[in-house]
Amino acid sequence: MSSPLGMSLLSDLFSEGRLWGRLDDVQHDAGYGTSEEHPPRMGFFTDTSVCIGCKACEVACKEWNEVPDDGYLLTGMSYDNTQELGASTWRHVAFVEQPFETVAARPPQEPPVDVAPAVDLGMPSLGVPAGEDQATSSGESGVRWLMSSDVCKHCTHAACLDVCPTGALFRTEFGTVVVQPDVCNGCGYCVPACPYGVIDVRKGDGRAFKCTLCYDRLKEGQQPACAQACPTESIQFGELDELRERADRRLAELHDKGVDVARLYGRDPEDGVGGDGAFFLLLDEPEVYGLPPDPVVTTRDLGTIWKHVGAGAATLVGLGVVSFLGRRR
Amino acid sequence: MPGLGTSFGRGGATTFLQDLANADCILIEGSNMAEAHPVGFQWVMEAKRRGATVIHVDPRFTRTSAVSDLHVPIRAGSDIAFLGGLVNHVLSNDLDFREYVVAYTNAANIIDEDFRDTEDLDGLFSGFDPETGQYDPATWRYDPPDDAGAADRQEDAELEASEDSTRSGEAHKESHEAAESESHGSGGAPVSWKGRRDETLQDPRCVFQILKRHFARYTPEMVQEVCGIEPAQFRQVADALTRNSGRERTTAFCYAVGWTHHSVGAQMIRTSAILQLLLGNIGRPGGGILALRGHASIQGSTDIPTLFNILPGYLPMPNAAQHQTLDEWVADDEGKAGFWGNIRSYAVSLLKSYWGDAATADNDFCFDYLPRITGDHSTYTTVKAMIEGGCKGYFLVGENPAVGSANGKMQRLGMANLDWLVVRDLQMIESATFWKDGPEIETGELVTEEIATEVFFLPAASHVEKAGSFTQTQRMLQWRDKAVEPPGECRSELQFYYDLGNRIREKLAGSTDEMDRPLLDLAWDYPVDEHGDPDGQAVLREINGTGPDGVALSAYTELKQDGSTACGCWIYCGVYADEVNRARRRRPHWEQDWVAAEWGWVWPANRRQLYNRASAAPDGTPWSERKAYMSWDAEQQTWVGPDVPDFVPDRAPDFVPEEGAQGPDAIGGQDPFVMQTDGKAWLFAPLGLADGPMPTHYEPPESPVHNPLHAQQNNPSRRKLDHRTNPINPSWSEVFPYVFTTYRLTEHHTAGGMSRTLPYLTELQPEPFCEVSPRLAAERGLTHGEWVTIVTARTAIEARVLVTDRLRSLRLGDRFVEQVGIPYHWGRNGITQGDSANDLVNVTMDPNVYIQDKVGTCDIRPGRRPRGPALTAYVDDYRRRAGVDMEHPEDGGADR
Amino acid sequence: MPRGEASMVPEVEFESYYGRPILKEPTWKTPDVPLYLFLGGLAGASSLLAEGAALTGRPDLERVARLAAAGGAAAGTVALVHDLGRPERFLNMLRVLKPTSPLSVGSFILAPFSGLAGAAAASDLTGRLPRLGRLAGAGAAALGPPLATYTAALLANTAVPAWHEAHRELPFVFGGSGAQAAGGLAMMLVPLDQAAPARRMALAGAAVEIAAAESILLRRGLAAEPYRIGMPGRLMTMARNCTAVASAATALAGRRSRLVSVLAGATYVTASLATRFGIFEAGRASARDPKYVVVPQRERVRARQGASAKMTG
Ligand SMILES: Nc1nc2c(c(=O)[nH]1)N[C@H]1C(S)=C(S)[C@@H](COP(=O)(O)OP(=O)(O)OC[C@H]3O[C@@H](n4cnc5c(=O)[nH]c(N)nc54)[C@H](O)[C@@H]3O)O[C@H]1N2
Ligand SMILES: Nc1nc2c(c(=O)[nH]1)N[C@H]1C(S)=C(S)[C@@H](COP(=O)(O)OP(=O)(O)OC[C@H]3O[C@@H](n4cnc5c(=O)[nH]c(N)nc54)[C@H](O)[C@@H]3O)O[C@H]1N2
Ligand code: SF4
Ligand code: SF4
Ligand code: SF4
Ligand code: SF4
Ligand code: SF4
Ligand SMILES: [Mo]
Repeated sequence: MSSPLGMSLLSDLFSEGRLWGRLDDVQHDAGYGTSEEHPPRMGFFTDTSVCIGCKACEVACKEWNEVPDDGYLLTGMSYDNTQELGASTWRHVAFVEQPFETVAARPPQEPPVDVAPAVDLGMPSLGVPAGEDQATSSGESGVRWLMSSDVCKHCTHAACLDVCPTGALFRTEFGTVVVQPDVCNGCGYCVPACPYGVIDVRKGDGRAFKCTLCYDRLKEGQQPACAQACPTESIQFGELDELRERADRRLAELHDKGVDVARLYGRDPEDGVGGDGAFFLLLDEPEVYGLPPDPVVTTRDLGTIWKHVGAGAATLVGLGVVSFLGRRR
Repeated sequence: MPGLGTSFGRGGATTFLQDLANADCILIEGSNMAEAHPVGFQWVMEAKRRGATVIHVDPRFTRTSAVSDLHVPIRAGSDIAFLGGLVNHVLSNDLDFREYVVAYTNAANIIDEDFRDTEDLDGLFSGFDPETGQYDPATWRYDPPDDAGAADRQEDAELEASEDSTRSGEAHKESHEAAESESHGSGGAPVSWKGRRDETLQDPRCVFQILKRHFARYTPEMVQEVCGIEPAQFRQVADALTRNSGRERTTAFCYAVGWTHHSVGAQMIRTSAILQLLLGNIGRPGGGILALRGHASIQGSTDIPTLFNILPGYLPMPNAAQHQTLDEWVADDEGKAGFWGNIRSYAVSLLKSYWGDAATADNDFCFDYLPRITGDHSTYTTVKAMIEGGCKGYFLVGENPAVGSANGKMQRLGMANLDWLVVRDLQMIESATFWKDGPEIETGELVTEEIATEVFFLPAASHVEKAGSFTQTQRMLQWRDKAVEPPGECRSELQFYYDLGNRIREKLAGSTDEMDRPLLDLAWDYPVDEHGDPDGQAVLREINGTGPDGVALSAYTELKQDGSTACGCWIYCGVYADEVNRARRRRPHWEQDWVAAEWGWVWPANRRQLYNRASAAPDGTPWSERKAYMSWDAEQQTWVGPDVPDFVPDRAPDFVPEEGAQGPDAIGGQDPFVMQTDGKAWLFAPLGLADGPMPTHYEPPESPVHNPLHAQQNNPSRRKLDHRTNPINPSWSEVFPYVFTTYRLTEHHTAGGMSRTLPYLTELQPEPFCEVSPRLAAERGLTHGEWVTIVTARTAIEARVLVTDRLRSLRLGDRFVEQVGIPYHWGRNGITQGDSANDLVNVTMDPNVYIQDKVGTCDIRPGRRPRGPALTAYVDDYRRRAGVDMEHPEDGGADR
Repeated sequence: MPRGEASMVPEVEFESYYGRPILKEPTWKTPDVPLYLFLGGLAGASSLLAEGAALTGRPDLERVARLAAAGGAAAGTVALVHDLGRPERFLNMLRVLKPTSPLSVGSFILAPFSGLAGAAAASDLTGRLPRLGRLAGAGAAALGPPLATYTAALLANTAVPAWHEAHRELPFVFGGSGAQAAGGLAMMLVPLDQAAPARRMALAGAAVEIAAAESILLRRGLAAEPYRIGMPGRLMTMARNCTAVASAATALAGRRSRLVSVLAGATYVTASLATRFGIFEAGRASARDPKYVVVPQRERVRARQGASAKMTG
């Protein structure tokens, strides 16, 4: 630890690019060689503006991956009865019902991203489009119903993977993050590590599970089950670089149509997790859909953490020494 | 579907799903397309991506509304008023596509001078007989052409006489009428002549003027009073439709059972047909009316029907009183203009496929072997007969009426009174277990030990466990190979019926009884596999038909009336052309043009867009470059374009049929509606509908609202069941003040046998619930997520309640109308259990198709419903307070 | 999630999805994991005490401390293994060594520590192989401080707001708390005349712990809230009160009264336990309530947007 070489190795390990920040070739970083030697990084662009909430993705995922049911509970959360991603729900469709007043009454946020949707959204629509009398026959205002299919983000810097003590979680040649159920010992560390609350330990089984980005299918040259089932192409699967371009085009298109509330989430390779392998187009703030507004991979602070642990340990040594100084009784 | 059939000539969707992508505007009304047709909905999303405006008119804000540009909340059951308002908007502002209307519709036809409108008779058309509750359509007919020959007039007189004769007995009349309407699944009603026309549309007796007068009172204000739709919103819809119609643009309509499940269902569809015709949107790319059909092969189940009143290809089921001979059977249509003119070929070929060599010209091709109908044998009437003891045995094959059919109690009481019941299903459904755990066992209305019905449950092979074809929403046959062997004792339908036939035939073998001949003479021989399962492709080939040489036919134009051809369903002729199962073609659309003619096979003749001659102007050139589809190639003397022309391929636009021409020869070069006897689309239906030549708004049989249009509250010719098990809530009852409507959720399938039994679907919607507006919740003290009880005169059910802004309180004049939404998927079996919405629903039917109404009135209260006998007492109390007359249980008091 | 609670309105203004958590609440079980945190601290600091006692010739103290180190490590291992979803796969912890995973690093500390502390204790008890026993003890003492403090990294290296935000302070809290526990235990079990280092360790540990914990508790805004309210708040208060009482008693009479020594020692141990449970529960609470995720992150976004807006003019 005290040797200069050790220090430099460690500081290299905890440096930007390895554990946080921009990283353009995750597979290379994971030991898959150069970009010529491994397949391109694959991912999802989920365009929630065309999601119809059919949940075909949820069902297809379960069918393909033989994920068990997640309990039978009418939650009262609109049409969402699976509630969240978890060990037995690897795709989750959120349903957000917003009375129009709520949307309109929200305090305008700072530009340039947060323009309150007081006018026509294009899609999903309000009761009455722009320019017209917003009131409806009941004298009440309209409603907006957002649907969004959430999934593991396959982070560039995946905290779950970094903290996994057994190596059960690993980075695939496609740049995705996968648990090996035959290795996982259910330590549960990945669970609180994930800044998106994705991965979880399955009760009764004891191991951690999450979306594999259908690693088995990818290896066979097939697309993931959820993407294949999605009727509206809300879930788009492909090479991450290509998806990012496509998403930019879609965003521009929506902005041109006046849908100013549209924004991309998880697309930015400079963000707190180095960009998501599965990113989204949203029509409201991320937290409205149950997503963290500004997630940061915990390992960004790992260097600091270890330093402080070292200092803490040294302090303890000091305490030990001090205890034996002074009077004998 | 007579709504479409009488308007255009065929009862199927006029267009195909992919074509929706070409629409500039899509109006979805009477369907929750995103939820019930999610895969087809991708084309709506594609249209939207290309800039189309999507409008959803629905009582509730649904997942379809969520991605639409505009959601218009409407009071359930009031769609004719809304659509009528749009018709009025178009007509009174001269926004119709005049050239199209004049050339391709019967707008110019002059109607009989004795015709009287609902506007004249306060809600009735001329010809109504209050005794029978039925119409005589004699006064609705076209005026004879000035030059109508004596023969024509004579024929017309005969036609009328024959109709009168069938009217002599109530039962005959019913069956005739029902058959007539359904038969227009393919082909309009036969009119006697093309009629006199005034192409200037000025004659006060011409259809155009009649229509204008008929709808004049359907103003935006009236729309608001009836539907609860604000004039401003109405105008938005009207503008969107008219802006997106005409030469350069097209609008498409999509509907499903939000329209068909009404006592005025056929007329709702008719109103949309009229509107689309006035806007010139039929037969053109991005236009049309897409009837979204339900079950995977529900279109197939009317093409090769499971209905009592038609035979394959929409041939009418012979009527015992009316059709003694083959000649009489085909007489109504034979020789008329259009393709129905060749009905004898279709009929004879069908008989040949049934009875093979036994069918000869000498024995009328075994016409006498066909069963005859003697009255209404539709499902609800049959159930009534079960309760009354007239029907003793019942096959339930792929149906769960204890949950899926209106008035579940009636269904169960009927089945409890049978001698035997055969249920073939994938799951142990409620219809097979009602005798031990149905709601009536709980209340004590039925006692297991006292039910004499012997129930046979036969496990069925599912769609993945057997090969076969589906005919889906756009009339497309798609072949499905077997993926896995059926488990255990599960058998395919084919095998079951084939075996059953063989066993019966064995038992009858050697019989000399004439009565057994039809069975013994059947051509009943199919190749089977090692498990004894017949080869479905052999059946499809038989349906396709074969010629004298035994080779598969290519088109129904090849069918002969001399018995040299056999064909199991004339409209499917061609699916096996060149001995290739064309339903099995799976060339993806990215390997061909967007019409994708080589994916599956579509009847008729693999045409994707019906009436596509109308995509060209009368002179045969496209209406516009943007909306080009089929057009006349003068050089090659043929119609060309991406689709199969729905027209005589080499008929030039300027062709004028000869005097007295028959069948297809009588179709003019400018008559795109080739199944109609006059080649025109019908804005006004002179024949073919049981409840009027034009739609008019009537209130649902249970309604809290007075019909503001006429004194006639309900559809006067609606079909009532008149049975004590089917009491109707009185109209305007303060005891049942709320409207309810029923529908499906993406997460479940119909009566639930295929979804409530699966963990992955059940967890997505685990319990029965209903949806109400916050205002209604406040009015009745309902708490989000808690239990509520919903009551009608039939019974009370319980469910959780979602209080949501997606349900709006509608303002009608000076009052609010509240609507309760109830998904209908639950029953008492399966992973999660609950009460069935259909126990609330009454049976009042559309007179054309005998389909029940999906709306009604109810009360809703916080808390769970009473249990056991207390439930009966609870409902009795409601009936008493509402003044339901159990002696005349269907007399809602609205019209006597 | 109980019905009806779904759309409850949170008191701080922020948006969320039906008030549902954004993060997953740690699946680590109580008392397993907080107990493990405590035992690790106790064992780690005890190993120092034991080594010091050996060096300075305090056999009673050495015995107690050796046993505490070995027993703490053994019990801690049991707790840790018990917490696993698949306990039979405990050894998978040693499949790889990952510096990015404190749990991995910790396993590579805990495993040798347990062995060494156990050997040292066994040797001390039996008197056999004293040389090797001393060597083992020295080794344990070297691993003890990291064992006591790595658990801070274990908690801090997560997305759990209360833990992660405290990543600078937690190692000191844990180190101090471990010393407090080790000292406290020895105060209870070791005669007064040999317990001076234990008292000093407890007192000094308490000082470090209190200082570090206070700096967590005194932070502005939401960051400290999970430690202040509810059950974790009560536990943290209890820990602080116990620490204060025990320290006062120790300082005043710890040297003179065996009874005071025993009681103060027990109170120290209690304080250390309460601290671990408090911190553990604070983390769980902060993961459960979306406001601890949304509000600070939203503020961060705003600040960033404000900055960029200023920059772009
Ligand atoms: N997931 C799923 N898909 C299905 C089915 C299923 O069970 N589950 N069933 C299949 C079958 S069999 C069918 S027939 C189709 C049916 O498909 P749809 O007709 O689209 O389905 P429904 O949900 O019955 O009704 C559609 C909408 O009609 C509205 N509605 C009710 N009354 C009225 C009214 O008076 N006027 C208007 N304008 N709207 C009204 C309801 O609010 C509902 O939103 O779906 C098919 N697809
Ligand atoms: N209130 C209300 N009632 C309605 C409606 C509504 O909107 N509101 N909608 C109506 C409509 S459109 C429909 S289509 C009906 C549907 O009502 P039903 O047809 O009565 O209900 P399903 O659940 O579709 O029944 C189909 C059954 O067939 C079984 N099955 C599936 N495949 C096979 C097979 O290959 N062979 C055999 N033998 N069985 C098979 C399934 O397990 C299932 O139990 O409900 C109607 N009822
Ligand atoms: S979202 Fe969570 S579970 Fe998925 S890769 Fe990122 S850290 Fe891991
Ligand atoms: S629970 Fe399994 S996957 Fe998660 S960190 Fe532990 S060993 Fe790795
Ligand atoms: S990629 Fe595969 S594992 Fe992941 S959500 Fe989709 S279907 Fe499930
Ligand atoms: S399958 Fe596609 S449209 Fe359906 S819920 Fe999932 S993402 Fe949305
Ligand atoms: S269930 Fe089948 S028919 Fe219905 S939308 Fe899905 S794929 Fe199409
Ligand atoms: Mo249906």
